[in-house]
Amino acid sequence: MHIPDGYLSPQTYLPLYGVFISFVSIAVKKIKKNLSVKLVPFLGMASAFSFLIMMFNIPIPGGTTGHAVGAALIALMLGPWVAVVSVSVAVILQALIFGDGGITAIGANCFNMAIVMSFVAYGVFKLVGRKTGSIARMTVAAFLAGYISLCVAAVITGVEFGIQPFIAVSPQGLPLYSPYPLKVAVPVMAAEHLLVFGVVEGVVTALLFRYFYKNNPEMINVIR
Amino acid sequence: MPSKPITKKLFIGLLALALLSPLGIILPEIFKADGAWGEWSTEKVAKDKGYVPAGMKRDASRWKAPVPDYTTGKENDSLLKRSGNYIFSGLMGVGIIGLITLGAVKMMNKK
Repeated sequence: MHIPDGYLSPQTYLPLYGVFISFVSIAVKKIKKNLSVKLVPFLGMASAFSFLIMMFNIPIPGGTTGHAVGAALIALMLGPWVAVVSVSVAVILQALIFGDGGITAIGANCFNMAIVMSFVAYGVFKLVGRKTGSIARMTVAAFLAGYISLCVAAVITGVEFGIQPFIAVSPQGLPLYSPYPLKVAVPVMAAEHLLVFGVVEGVVTALLFRYFYKNNPEMINVIR
Repeated sequence: MPSKPITKKLFIGLLALALLSPLGIILPEIFKADGAWGEWSTEKVAKDKGYVPAGMKRDASRWKAPVPDYTTGKENDSLLKRSGNYIFSGLMGVGIIGLITLGAVKMMNKK
């Protein structure tokens, strides 16, 4: 889901940089106001968790690979605003140091994986798992938070790829950036995440949520 | 720092993830899976489409990442060597995040 340089036109990546910077500046303000300095190390560990979990490329035999992002669990544990910052730190580092995702696409990649995922995951959990106290129901809610958030992010990424042939074309009529139209990009991104990678994000989120719920429930933001 | 045991457990968990990370390159190799959809090099796009879009050609090589694809070695290095590099990259990423976090704590404490 890390869009490389050259796949998005400036008319796509520049607005997404704008959205990304707006979200991060709000998030930083909120964190400075609400988050005790003592909790900042958790933000760092969350960022490290996201960075590492994204290294686990999961193969579809004979096909492509993909990975979980960890944004859903972080949003449930620390709240969506902290999750936006911690996942963004990981995504920026991946682009700058490891060439995973483009420099021009940092705004887009952070929008998809940090912003969209964090808020969708948090919202899904609140809708499904709220105020029941039943661990079974909350486990299901955590799974759905992970599963749905990654799938939504994947579809949005597919849309970003897919609109390029329509909005950025050379005088000869050839695409200037991603040459894969919506009818190719969206179904592929949706299918591989609905069938495989979304399930992995869901299972990781549910298992770790259960672990923290049993051992350190006071740490979990979303049930406070 | 909040309660000691939990931070220690989290650190051990992160270290375990870093050490297991080569699974992320070994499993795709075993199951003959290529890279992620839409993250191909310009060579692969050229092979697939018969041309490289002009904007893509210009932008694709704008940035030379110091440790491309989490490996410092070459593609024909042994899986063992690439696994070692992969773990090193994971630890390096965690180390940089740790430094950023320390910097943030210091800045917040100053005020």
